[in-house]
Amino acid sequence: MENNMSLKIKAISRNEAFARSVVGAFCVELNPTMDEINDIKTAVSEAVTNCIVHAYDYKDGEIEINADIQGSCLHIEIKDFGVGIDDIAKARQPFFTTKPDEERSGMGFTVMESFMDTLTVEKNSPCGTIVKMSKTFGMNKRKADEK
Amino acid sequence: MNIQHRLNGTTLHVGLIGELDESHAAFVREHLDEMFEKCKISEAIIDMSELSFMDSTGIGVLIGRYKALKNKGVRLFVERPSRAVDKVLSLTGIYKIIPKIC
Repeated sequence: MENNMSLKIKAISRNEAFARSVVGAFCVELNPTMDEINDIKTAVSEAVTNCIVHAYDYKDGEIEINADIQGSCLHIEIKDFGVGIDDIAKARQPFFTTKPDEERSGMGFTVMESFMDTLTVEKNSPCGTIVKMSKTFGMNKRKADEK
Repeated sequence: MNIQHRLNGTTLHVGLIGELDESHAAFVREHLDEMFEKCKISEAIIDMSELSFMDSTGIGVLIGRYKALKNKGVRLFVERPSRAVDKVLSLTGIYKIIPKIC
C-alpha cells in the first residue's frame, strides 16, 4: 500500500487541530487503533507547536507537512523555515526549554520520540528545521498474536 | 474548549471540555487563575474526563497552576483523564506532584 499527502499551513496555533486531524485522517487506511491515531495526532501537534512557538516565535511563517504511507508504515515530515535550532541534541533532552518564563514543559521532543517509532531532527536549508517521524501500524496486535 | 466549575466547601472542581493545545492554553490558564483567585479553597480538582486531546502544552499549563497553588498551600489533583491524555501525563511524570484521582 502506498500513498502520500502534502499540506502547507500558516504557522498559527488554531491550525494545530487542523494539522493533526488531517494526518490522523490520512492514516485511517492503515486501519489503526484509537491509541495509534492518538499517538500520531499528539506527535504532529507537538511538532507544529514547536514551529509556531520556537521556529517563528509567534510571528508569520509557513509550515509544510508531508506524510507518506509505505506498506504498514507512516512517515511524517514537518518542515519550517524559521530560526532553526542551535543545539539539536540539547533541544531533544527532556524538560529543556528556551522559554522557561512561558510555562513550557520542554517535553515536546520527548513526547514525539515516545509516541512514534523513530524521530530525527535536522537543519533545513537554508533555514529552519525538519522533523521526521515514522510509525509502523499494527505492532501491538502483532506482539499480542506472537504471545 | 469549555470550562465548567463547581465549589463544594473548600474544594473547587473544574471540568475541562474539548482539546487543550497551544491555541487554548492562554484561555485555560487565565480562566483557572481567575477561579483560583476568586474562591477560598484548600484543594482544586481538574476533571479531565471530557478532555479528548492534550499535548505537552497542557503539561506546562498544569505545572504553572501547581506552582501558583502550592505557594498558597492549595493541593491540586487531576481526575479521570481520558486514555490519550493519561498517556501524556504519565510520560511526563506529573502525577508525582499532581496526583491522579480515578
